[in-house]
Amino acid sequence: MDCAARWAPGLSRLIELFVMKAPTAAANNPPMPSDATSIKPAITPAIKPAPIHPLWLRITHWINALAVLVLVTSGWRIYDASPLFDFEIPTSITLGGWLGGALQWHFAAMYLLFFNGLFYLGMNLGSGRLQAKFFPLSPRGIWNDALEALRGKLSHADPRRYNNVQRLAYLFVIVDIMLIVMSGLVLWKSVQLAPLRDLLGGYEFARRIHFFGMAALVSFVALHLVMVALVPRTLLSMLSRHGGEAA
Amino acid sequence: MKTPQRPPAIPGVDAEAVLGEARRLIGSRIEQPARRAFLQRTLTLGGLSLLTGCSISDQPSVEAALTRISRLNDRVQGWLFDPNQLAPTYPESMITRPFPFNAYYGEDEVRVVEEAGYRLEVTGMVADRRSWTLAELRAMPQRDQVTRHICVEGWSAIGKWGGVPFADFLHRIGADTSAKYVGFKCADDYYTSIDMPTALHPQTLLALSYDGQPLPPKYGFPMKLRMPTKLGYKNPKHIKAIFVSNTYSGGYWEDQGYNWFGGS
Repeated sequence: MDCAARWAPGLSRLIELFVMKAPTAAANNPPMPSDATSIKPAITPAIKPAPIHPLWLRITHWINALAVLVLVTSGWRIYDASPLFDFEIPTSITLGGWLGGALQWHFAAMYLLFFNGLFYLGMNLGSGRLQAKFFPLSPRGIWNDALEALRGKLSHADPRRYNNVQRLAYLFVIVDIMLIVMSGLVLWKSVQLAPLRDLLGGYEFARRIHFFGMAALVSFVALHLVMVALVPRTLLSMLSRHGGEAA
Repeated sequence: MKTPQRPPAIPGVDAEAVLGEARRLIGSRIEQPARRAFLQRTLTLGGLSLLTGCSISDQPSVEAALTRISRLNDRVQGWLFDPNQLAPTYPESMITRPFPFNAYYGEDEVRVVEEAGYRLEVTGMVADRRSWTLAELRAMPQRDQVTRHICVEGWSAIGKWGGVPFADFLHRIGADTSAKYVGFKCADDYYTSIDMPTALHPQTLLALSYDGQPLPPKYGFPMKLRMPTKLGYKNPKHIKAIFVSNTYSGGYWEDQGYNWFGGS
């Protein structure tokens, strides 16, 4: 919070709005001890348990999920117009009906992914959440947590804390989406974005980055959904303040 | 067996009243308002998820919204377009051979335009509306360039086109370069239109040759507008008329849903 205040007062207010907002359903909260009635309402939010995921995170997560769903399925239809490799994506699981329709979906959802992603990154960096949630991250920690997970011994008791494998997976998908967006921008604006085009190895190479970035993202989503199915509480915590936790 | 028709309503039963009663009964069993709201929202999401695949695109309101976003993208791209930013050029050794044929019809249906009797018509917001012969166009200063052609489908190929810089031609005919659009009508019934900044881009060529030879019919004889800053479908072939206008006139593919700006 301090960090954000130094960055920009506007951002700080935004974070307060999302992170510190008092719950609307006041009736659900346990009654206060009688000696606490003198506490001013202004500091009431500070003594409430913080949500597992702040509201801005839950909103950006679901907007991102929708954008990725639209972009991947329409992207598959675009891929089929001129397949890079020796296979096509079945039309029944693609979006858009034909190339022109798929392109319209793709170039509409790109705004959703782009601006939602910028907001997510800004909030994550500005609030200090990125540092707090994803670091430290060490090869030894990843190895240990991966072994624990395979033995079925990894604890999920504290949903506020990501284990090292989660940290790696979420950081990976953040970087992967950034790479997909950058290569997509090169495919869209290969002349105007000449430095980015050259950085990504030219138009044709950027096309391959875009494809394999998509493949990695789809693999992440598949694994992510399996993990959510194994620990369903994580789905509830992405839906509500204290989802899955006793009030 | 004959397909049964829609089952008739049960006589003497008011469907609306039955539904209303069912809602009251179910509602009273789910006391917590949050849970009730959650269930209702989940049901709505379930309904949405039934609209899978292309059926979403077929909804007129969705189609209209996507078209509006596409027109917004035209404006965004016009704003992003730097008229001095050049497309990369390549050595002749990198030319794709054979260069792919592409049109809205097959290669066996290529229109053959005869040079004898051919005139390029010029209309709209121009000072000099006389028609042009190919000989007159060939007499203007020519330029060659090797650039990448990028198709909306994703593939790309490198080719060598030569001809008259289009900006020179527009100035020669006294075109009003403050107009918004330049449109093209083609001998193969194709048509398209482009923004004036792209028309004036230094690499936009009124191409008369391909790889040092007169443009062959499959690549658009007698002339093609070659823009390395635009996708393939924006590059009209077999041009027979050019018009300068402030009125949007779309294009063959653009009218079916391809983005109008269609360039980089």
